[in-house]
Amino acid sequence: MARVLTILLALALPMSALAEDVVLGLSQKQVRITTNFDGSEILIFGAVKRDAPAPDSAPLEVIVAIEGPSTPLTVRRKERKVGIWVNVDAVEVDKAPAFYAIATSAPFAQVISDTEDLRYRVSIPRAIRSVGAPMNVDDAASFVEAVIRIRQSSGLYQLNESAVEVTEQTLFKTTIALPANLTEGDYKARIYLTRAGKVVSDFETVIDVRKVGLERFLFNLSRQQPLIYGLLSLAIAIAAGWLASAAFRVLLRN
Amino acid sequence: MQIYLPIAEVSVNAFLLLGLGGMVGVLSGMFGVGGGFLMTPLLFFIGIPPAVAVATEANQIVASSFSGLLAHVKRKNVDFKMGTMLLIGGLFGAAVGVVLFNYLKAQGQVDLLVRLCYVVFLGVVGTLMFVESLNAIRKSRKAGDAPAKKRRERGWISKLPFKMRFHTSGLYISVIPPIIVGVLVGILAAIMGVGGGFIMVPAMIYILGMPTKVVVGTSLFQIIFVTAFTTLLHATTNFTVDIMLAVLLLVGGVIGAQIGTRIGVKMKAEQLRILLALLVMLVCGKLALDLLLQPGELYSIGAVGGH
Repeated sequence: MARVLTILLALALPMSALAEDVVLGLSQKQVRITTNFDGSEILIFGAVKRDAPAPDSAPLEVIVAIEGPSTPLTVRRKERKVGIWVNVDAVEVDKAPAFYAIATSAPFAQVISDTEDLRYRVSIPRAIRSVGAPMNVDDAASFVEAVIRIRQSSGLYQLNESAVEVTEQTLFKTTIALPANLTEGDYKARIYLTRAGKVVSDFETVIDVRKVGLERFLFNLSRQQPLIYGLLSLAIAIAAGWLASAAFRVLLRN
Repeated sequence: MQIYLPIAEVSVNAFLLLGLGGMVGVLSGMFGVGGGFLMTPLLFFIGIPPAVAVATEANQIVASSFSGLLAHVKRKNVDFKMGTMLLIGGLFGAAVGVVLFNYLKAQGQVDLLVRLCYVVFLGVVGTLMFVESLNAIRKSRKAGDAPAKKRRERGWISKLPFKMRFHTSGLYISVIPPIIVGVLVGILAAIMGVGGGFIMVPAMIYILGMPTKVVVGTSLFQIIFVTAFTTLLHATTNFTVDIMLAVLLLVGGVIGAQIGTRIGVKMKAEQLRILLALLVMLVCGKLALDLLLQPGELYSIGAVGGH
């Protein structure tokens, strides 16, 4: 009987570690890009659902990551040749998200261990996939670093350490700023609960970022009826040119 | 007021774009240049993707050139006959230019070639025009209020066949030089991705010997067709024309062009030429510096396959 109990306990221990679940709330499940879209802020909040009392081995930490649609990129580097600066080396990055923001409840290195980061691809460099560099480029890593540097400075990649507020090991919330130059697509929101650097639970949902109204109409027209779209652009140009000329004639006569 | 552009997928300040459009429109009306060589780098600078900037700029030039053209037509400053000859050559040249561009692209480093092309052409055209106009101004000062000497007709040009009378320009010359000028400008325009006004204007003044006042309107007439064609090509093949961006730019542009035309009419031909020369030299200097100075960020991100 005692033996059965120890086996049950041994089974229950890892179970209890897994028995923390995320219940998530989002201030908006959909971001609508309208004509006067000027960036947006998403409030991400949630609670930890438990079957047993919270283990007090290590504090609960939370990571929130929002990832935009990925595209392949070409990164070029300038070098000085015969006195002028020209693009020499180019490296193709297979997949780089158009937007990537991470918020954590403590400094990043404390929240998640390197092995867990590798497994779940949480940190910014791990979100970018770059496999093949051409033979003539020996420092391909610096090209990926450049992508991160350029996009971080324009607010497209963000690492907000200690930006997630955790209350009573149960409630958490954070806000993530979406910049004005947002591309459309499905934005993946991932939430990880960690203890002592190990992921104990994760949760994933999708935020829908879409153009609406006039933006939607013009975008669709340009893709589905490019000739009509082009002629429409020209018609507007000619009409505006004529209108300005006519208006000035009337204005100057009076 | 921020406006989100549907094709460029960036949010920009509407008033900034109106201002930029207006500024370039004034230059367009004054000098008969489309302004693409000025506006395109400015659009890059405020964060519009290069492909969208180039295509949309063509659309905006149609509007400001048309606005400027109407103002010149009223003053009878447009030589339609000459414009048509240049246009015939220009369209042929543009087709050759596109073929040449694709060939160079396959060889790599087309970017660098385009930049060097800019620096060399802007530099040569700007300097020659500057020196010539300065001399003209000095001469007219010395001679007091006496009218400027009429330009001598070049011997070989007057000997060519297929002569035609261009009433508005006051010329009786062969149609061959205008067509050749059109072809050459068309080739350059296609390679450099601009309307070509800043090369066409000096070519009309110095090679064809047209009066400066007529040159501006005629150049605008020619530019409308070239840029309209470019706009359609971009819209149907690359999907890069942003109609929202174009509207913001062209509202400023058409108003600017009207003001520019009125400023241009009040100025002397030499002054107009010297200002255009300075402008061309300024842009040339900026491009040369970009090539010579170490850039702040050595790396640049581009779409795969694009450049």
